[in-house]
Amino acid sequence: MIVAAILLSVFSLTVPKVTLSDLEHRFASGKDTTYVVNFWATWCKPCVEELPSFDMLARRESGNPVVVLLVCLDAPSDLNAKVLPFLRKRAFACETVLFTEQKPHLWIDKVDSTWSGAIPATLFVKNGKRLFREQEFTQRTLDSTFTTFRDHIR
Amino acid sequence: MNCTSLRTLVVTLTLFLGFSSGMVSPLHAQNPLAPDGLKVGDQAPDFTLKNVDGKLVGLRSFVDSKGVILVFTCNHCPYSVKYEDRIIELHNTFATKGFPVLAVNPNDTVIVPEDAFTKMQERASEKKFPFPYVIDETQIVAKKYGARRTPHVFVLLRTRTGWTVEYIGAIDDNPDDASKTESKFVEDAVNALLKNTKPETATTKAIGCTIKWKKG
Repeated sequence: MIVAAILLSVFSLTVPKVTLSDLEHRFASGKDTTYVVNFWATWCKPCVEELPSFDMLARRESGNPVVVLLVCLDAPSDLNAKVLPFLRKRAFACETVLFTEQKPHLWIDKVDSTWSGAIPATLFVKNGKRLFREQEFTQRTLDSTFTTFRDHIR
Repeated sequence: MNCTSLRTLVVTLTLFLGFSSGMVSPLHAQNPLAPDGLKVGDQAPDFTLKNVDGKLVGLRSFVDSKGVILVFTCNHCPYSVKYEDRIIELHNTFATKGFPVLAVNPNDTVIVPEDAFTKMQERASEKKFPFPYVIDETQIVAKKYGARRTPHVFVLLRTRTGWTVEYIGAIDDNPDDASKTESKFVEDAVNALLKNTKPETATTKAIGCTIKWKKG
């Protein structure tokens, strides 16, 4: 069963393309759901290093109203050559989307005004409340930031 | 309401208000290595750093220029690599007009061996960098300026008393494809300064690699 599920997830891997407004609509519709949104790219070494912590969080919270979303900032033209092979190899449990917004100088501030644009960066959203972190997480710091945020937003 | 439940309420409310009022993004509280840094209009401090040719270079090396295009960049960051040719082009376009490029590698070379001084020398020679490529070993320049990522550009204008910051941010609006760029921020800023006007867009943000700060 598990092997079949893993095989299925590996072969049916899809990475939908999304815009910032797609993400915002999703946050707005997901009442009581905690979204953990990690901005990363295959070319970003510290991002790749922290991804397993997000995967672990997603696995642990599976069944709870928690969505761990990996927002990939690779160039859309690198999807087939870099992003999909990377994700197939890693077989993460979290959903991955490819961010198609152009002109970063316009959208970075809309994610969070304190963001310099450096990645990794992570946004936590629940019931319209947001917490933004421009930092690299370890499993411990990710878990504690997530738990504190989720448990104190009603 | 007893004392315990009151205390719980207070704690909950404090945390809740903290999260909802924007207090939750005191970025500098958890990232003391990236202070506020310089803003447009500020005086830019001079420094002396070692260039790939072994000579010391600082703003004082450019006293005959109208300004300097200071670029925090490095070898390893793919975003810096994407912009390498565009940085060379900026220098080739503007050095003769009085705005040469000065490239600074701010990364800790223990964390990123690819950014080591000898690797910088190799890259500068491979790419025939027409500008100085200096190493910010103590990271003090990156900290003073408030550089947060690579590449991160500061356009400086020489004044009678020193240097002022006139533009901070991205090189242009399309990291992936130089030919599809619509706004060339640095080019526009320098052109404005050459006409003795202020840049229309004085700050922008861009995706980039975090600066690799020394641990501990």
